[in-house]
Amino acid sequence: MKESQEYIALETPLSNSDVERLKSGDKVLLNGIVYTARDAAHKKLVETLREGKPLPFNLKGAVIYYCGPSPAPPGRVIGAAGPTTAYRMDPYTPELLKNGLKGMIGKGPRSDYVRRAMVEHKAVYFAATGGAGALLSQRIKAAKVIAYPELGPEAIRELIVENFPLIVVNDIYGRDLYEDGQRKYRRLP
Amino acid sequence: MRTIRFEDIVANLRNACIKANFELPNDVYQALNAALDKEQSPIGREILSQLIENADIARTERIPICQDTGTAVVWVELGQDVHVEGGFLIDAINEGVRQGYLEGYLRKSIVADPLRRKNTGDNTPAHVHIELVPGEVFRVTVLPKGGGSENMGRLAMLMPADGVDGVKKFVLDAVEKASANPCPPGIIGVGIGSTFDGVALLAKKALLRPIGERHPDPFYADLELELLELVNSLGVGPQGLGGRITTLDVHIEVAATHITSLPVAVNINCHAARRVSFEL
Ligand code: SF4
Repeated sequence: MKESQEYIALETPLSNSDVERLKSGDKVLLNGIVYTARDAAHKKLVETLREGKPLPFNLKGAVIYYCGPSPAPPGRVIGAAGPTTAYRMDPYTPELLKNGLKGMIGKGPRSDYVRRAMVEHKAVYFAATGGAGALLSQRIKAAKVIAYPELGPEAIRELIVENFPLIVVNDIYGRDLYEDGQRKYRRLP
Repeated sequence: MRTIRFEDIVANLRNACIKANFELPNDVYQALNAALDKEQSPIGREILSQLIENADIARTERIPICQDTGTAVVWVELGQDVHVEGGFLIDAINEGVRQGYLEGYLRKSIVADPLRRKNTGDNTPAHVHIELVPGEVFRVTVLPKGGGSENMGRLAMLMPADGVDGVKKFVLDAVEKASANPCPPGIIGVGIGSTFDGVALLAKKALLRPIGERHPDPFYADLELELLELVNSLGVGPQGLGGRITTLDVHIEVAATHITSLPVAVNINCHAARRVSFEL
């Protein structure tokens, strides 16, 4: 685990060489387009893939943000917009990784099978600070619903983010910051 | 006999829902600042700084602290000499929640039915607890409770022989398994005693107490401090990414129980430990 205070600037879509240089524990500032999707949207995405139909956005190199924002008050692009718990997306994730997804943003640990799929397909999982919805909302410069508006807060939104602060949890080398970080600071037998 | 008007309850509930979601209680804000001084992990410190900045932005920009603006848990201390005029108390509470969540641009996170899962569209019904107390008191606390932390709650019917060690082990296990999911550091609410249903309520009630305020019984005050030390030795840390500060405080509530029982429940609150009280 690295503990440098330096931020790595990243731009979406992510390439293999982008993810190859990311290590568990790195701090990242992300720029570009990310797509929001939660459980219900994931279900639809995977169903669409299985039917062989086109997805509402290009998955190649894409970054998905597990987020269901609060409503945008008048004059703002979005309401509070922090990450939601990631493990609920695990059952759908390997299929998306197989089809080109390169990054995921959420909070909380992933299942072993998702971690293996990240190594296999060269993708990374970032943590955004859970519950920092007000701060993160200020780093979102544009937001529009691009699919499944009927899902309300769970619709797929295209967000343009600027210097979105993230921490690499799972890198393509199989490391996991939840495990490594907690072990490092544990003082109980 | 005191009379309280339906409309006054609605208006105050509305405002409390909005205020709770924009303004982190002072005790929580200060505890986050104190945690920043103590945290050793650089990533943990980075996260704590973000949480403090987040609370500042929410307060000044009027954006919710967290997008999960929660289940509206409403705790009412109702004096037995109070009469509500103009309608049913529960209806007044729900109307206040409805107005607050709609007008405050808060997220509507309630489905009407646990299996058919249709959103009610206005965050009602509120989750209301009424505690009957003597006199003419009418005190309400609104606690918007996020799903991520609520889902990490646990309950066990231990054996009396498990004793205090069994309780400690259960609490530590719950916090460790919860890991990053309840957005640590927040508050760990522990209920001990009562019945199967009652112990969960005790754990929830423990979350109402401000950070730093100890249980009035010195025995439990000591146990709170001991558990705080133990939980903060787990290494879970801010957001579960490793560190010294896994929780800002541990609060215990206890009640009498049956000779065969030792119920224990853990209800975790996140760093967005939102809470607003008012009295009418
Ligand atoms: S656990 Fe709390 S801080 Fe985290 S996302 Fe849920 S409501 Fe927000």
